[in-house]
Amino acid sequence: MYPSDRLYTKDHEWILIAGATARIGITHYAQDQLGDVVYVELPQVGQQFEQGAQFGSIESVKAVSDLYCPLAGRVTEVNTTLAAAPETVNADPHGTWMMAIELADPASASGLLDSAAYAELVK
Amino acid sequence: MPPPRADRFSDRHIGPRPGDVGAMLAAVGAPSVEALIDEAVPAGIRLDAPLRTPGPETEAAYLDRLRDLAGRNRPGRAFIGLGYYGCVTPSVILRNVFENPGWYTPYTPYQAEVAQGRLEALLNYQTMVGDLTGMPVANASLLDEATAAAEAMAMMHRVRSRKAPGADRLLVSRGCFPQTIDVVRGRAEPLGIAVEVGDPAAMRFDEGVFGVLLQTPAEDGAVVPVADVVARAHDTGALAAVCTDLLALTLLTPPGEDGADVVVGNSQRFGVPMGYGGPHAAFFATREAFVRQMPGRVIGLSVDRHGDPAFRMALQTREQHIRRDRATSNICTAQALLANLAGFYAVYHGPDGLRAIAARVHALARRLAAGLRTLGLAPAHPHFFDTVTVSLPPGALERLRAGAGAAGMHFRYRGDGAVGVALDETTTLGDVARIVSLVAGALGRAAPPPAAGVPPAGATDDAALDESRFRDQRSDGRAGATAAEDAAPDGSLVRHPGPDGRAAAPAIEAAAPDWSEALVRTSAYLTHPVFHRHRSETQLMRYLKQLERRDLGLDTSMIPLGSCTMKLTAASAIRAVSWPAFAAVHPFAPPETTEGYRAVFRELEAALAEITGLPAVSLQPNSGAQGELAGLMVIRAWHRDHGGGGRDVVLIPASAHGTNPASAAMAGMRVVVVACDDRGNVDLDDLRGRAAEHRDALCGLMITYPSTHGVFEDAVREVCGVVHDAGGQVYMDGANLNAQVGVTSPAAVGADVCHINLHKTFAIPHGGGGPGMGPIACAKHLAPYLPGHPLAAVGGERAIPAISAAPWGSASILLISHGYVRMLGPDGLRRATEAAILGANYVKARLAPHYDVLYARANGRVAHELILDLRALRAHGVTEQDVAKRLMDYGFHAPTVSFPVPGTMMIEPTESEPREELDRFCDALIAIRGEIRAVEEGGADRVDNVLKNAPHTAAEATADAWPHSYTRQQAVYPLPFVRENKFWPAVGRVDDAHGDRNLVCACPPVEAYGD
Repeated sequence: MYPSDRLYTKDHEWILIAGATARIGITHYAQDQLGDVVYVELPQVGQQFEQGAQFGSIESVKAVSDLYCPLAGRVTEVNTTLAAAPETVNADPHGTWMMAIELADPASASGLLDSAAYAELVK
Repeated sequence: MPPPRADRFSDRHIGPRPGDVGAMLAAVGAPSVEALIDEAVPAGIRLDAPLRTPGPETEAAYLDRLRDLAGRNRPGRAFIGLGYYGCVTPSVILRNVFENPGWYTPYTPYQAEVAQGRLEALLNYQTMVGDLTGMPVANASLLDEATAAAEAMAMMHRVRSRKAPGADRLLVSRGCFPQTIDVVRGRAEPLGIAVEVGDPAAMRFDEGVFGVLLQTPAEDGAVVPVADVVARAHDTGALAAVCTDLLALTLLTPPGEDGADVVVGNSQRFGVPMGYGGPHAAFFATREAFVRQMPGRVIGLSVDRHGDPAFRMALQTREQHIRRDRATSNICTAQALLANLAGFYAVYHGPDGLRAIAARVHALARRLAAGLRTLGLAPAHPHFFDTVTVSLPPGALERLRAGAGAAGMHFRYRGDGAVGVALDETTTLGDVARIVSLVAGALGRAAPPPAAGVPPAGATDDAALDESRFRDQRSDGRAGATAAEDAAPDGSLVRHPGPDGRAAAPAIEAAAPDWSEALVRTSAYLTHPVFHRHRSETQLMRYLKQLERRDLGLDTSMIPLGSCTMKLTAASAIRAVSWPAFAAVHPFAPPETTEGYRAVFRELEAALAEITGLPAVSLQPNSGAQGELAGLMVIRAWHRDHGGGGRDVVLIPASAHGTNPASAAMAGMRVVVVACDDRGNVDLDDLRGRAAEHRDALCGLMITYPSTHGVFEDAVREVCGVVHDAGGQVYMDGANLNAQVGVTSPAAVGADVCHINLHKTFAIPHGGGGPGMGPIACAKHLAPYLPGHPLAAVGGERAIPAISAAPWGSASILLISHGYVRMLGPDGLRRATEAAILGANYVKARLAPHYDVLYARANGRVAHELILDLRALRAHGVTEQDVAKRLMDYGFHAPTVSFPVPGTMMIEPTESEPREELDRFCDALIAIRGEIRAVEEGGADRVDNVLKNAPHTAAEATADAWPHSYTRQQAVYPLPFVRENKFWPAVGRVDDAHGDRNLVCACPPVEAYGD
């Protein structure tokens, strides 16, 4: 259920690291709890976030949740297709990234969970 | 049970008959009503003496007395302005909407499938506001103009502070109405916003300024350009909000075209009576980029299960029941009924009719200015729409006030030696002549001769006759075109031959206003067909009825919404709201002309004080949420005066309604959540821990009683004691007061201040989503802080700023609660409470064998409502939404869904429902349980079943094709009683996700409606 190529937060984001950059999305568990996603509020390219800082929010018909940045970094890209098709978060949560960041410290991934630990968390 | 009498109101208000009560008691297993109350309500908080409120009065006697009180109001003619204007409510709208329970009894349209009529009407309203203001999106109304301005401030701050933290200054034009500035100041202070009032032309913008609040036409009537100030604000990244007037915008370039980010105002003059302050619908329009930041409800278009267009409330996640202390606003109540009145006024008149009304008002204002100029008085501003301001010598001002007052003519005496005269739709030529004559008299001069262009003051009868003809002409909506042929370039009143050939009807039509070119509106508005189609009364009557029939109100069946108290609004209690002696009173009318209203206020305040046990009352808050804010601000002010200025922590139980934390956030407080135990009660140990932890910062507690779980908690006095011991004050949310009246009270429970939802407990109807009223009552030590008002002598000696635009909020609907209290009398009030508690326990007794009931006292008793736990059904694919929608097929509105516990339903029967209706409702839920069982046991398909496909429309049931695994009869006539009073949902289940993903919140093109 939870791919082992990436790391997870207790707030239900995933982060897929490739060298000095990373892509970030939310987990299957998070989309299932939210229900039909209708809107994703994303930051602007160039914004800096500390680890654990709010970078956006995600809205369903019945709830709204904040999105937290798993690791510190600077936004290099945001997934603009989500504006027109927010439902892809429900359809393919682990294939739908929200933003890409340039990691402030590519060597450190402290405080994150691997797929087994995350799967245990949401069991 | 007292012996029967034909004219006792309580027997009409309370549903169950004496014979029913015995059977209901037998079902709940209580020997008597008294015994049941003893079991439901803890002994320690019971009242030890009967209420001492007046009455009971029979309906006839009450109405007789109210006629006397009406006679003590002398509305006269109000030319005061300040956002409130005389207007004509078209009779077809008055009779079919304002005075019609089909429109005033429904609830907020959360259940969209049985609310398509008013949802369409509200979309018309949003379209009207968007068109006239020149903005792409508008919400479905806010409480009043001052509140809307404060919400604009809060939204601009929210938006701007993301990019510019520390930008905390708001520049406010001194041209804003004084009550707007006062409310904005009051709301700004706890949020750390600095308000700087000044001349817009001199405003300097820097990075510390997040926004500007402007107004045109300004409070003195001046039509002022805003484009330049808006542009200067934008240059520094600040946002701009503009207060304005919808009627003026038919002639004036709309703020949206001048770059405004928010446009707000009052829609009252679109056919809604002034009512001494309300209720009316304030509008709020903004740019698309801010739609998710917008406060209040917004109606949008979606599709139903069949792919057909369907209306619904959009973007509900912004609201406080989801976002709690991070909601865009604390306000739940809109002004749906009044927004619909205003929208229908626009549907009735159309763009040409509205423009003609505006042009005539403007022409009259110019005639007035011309007349005053002949007296040597120059208007303070050469460019105005409907309000002329002139300065008079001191002596003359006093003579004018006396002379005009004696003649029943009320102007705005500004306190700076100037007088403002605001004209409106009801103003006649004769009025203008009288005004000029009165001013002349005050100056010791003769009235100017008719040759000066002003009709002689004596010619009132003629003028009145002429005016009535003119009105008839306007009513057909083509007056603009007709009158334009007679237009004179100077805006003078041109006489043209009447139908009988004699010179008669004065066509009052100005040429374009003499404003600068940039200020004269050139863009089209109200181009949608709905504003062109219903011009005859027959057409409009049928349109109103067509919409009404799509909505389920109390005129169809019970609305068992928990926490909402959908009780009867007696016809006798609401009748006087549209009597001119109450309806036509301006909120800032001289006190001596409103003695009838004052008597109603005194009597209602006294009754609310007696019922709550809290001696001081403010009738100002315009909704429960506003009451919460007012109460918290009062507590905050008291702390400041008693060495507790730093106390900012509010404890709120986890079970609280989301409005509580939203209001606390608005009052600048930190919310600390207190846990509830397994029985749904406040966890005392957790409370003690939190109170100790925040002892030095504790401001107070917000608690609902009986709890939002529908239970009289035993430990409530202990809970309040813990808070008091830690130096805090107790705010009681009065949402559930209907279970207290005459049995216990907020004071007996331990509260220092509470709000009272008059639209729940005290019979004001819900209006399909507002109006409401949320007065607060408080203990003696808090009384000095009750809200004041810049234009009326209300509130305590250390009053907090105004909380509403009008001194007594929506004053006219206070009549309903006044009537309710007086006609029921003390015994009837208590019996109503008892019947509400009996009804809830009866429903519990009937449903407990079939559903899990969540939360009750240890002895099994609930208060006035109960929660059904449907979470276990999810294992079989059935959700609480399926049950809610399926109830529609049985002719019922759903109970409250997923509040206060997700996956549940909360049922509140109220005292007004007869036992037969309670039984039908229970029978429906029991039958639905059987339908669920069929799914559980495999007898029905998990996907294609009566629940998942509910509600079923007439079109679906009569279609040639019927692809389902159950019968049409099972779908639409599941029980025999349904046939007798079948309600057909207008659309199939509405697709919420589609609507929020594809937001459309103005009238769609006609093609979109399909056929």
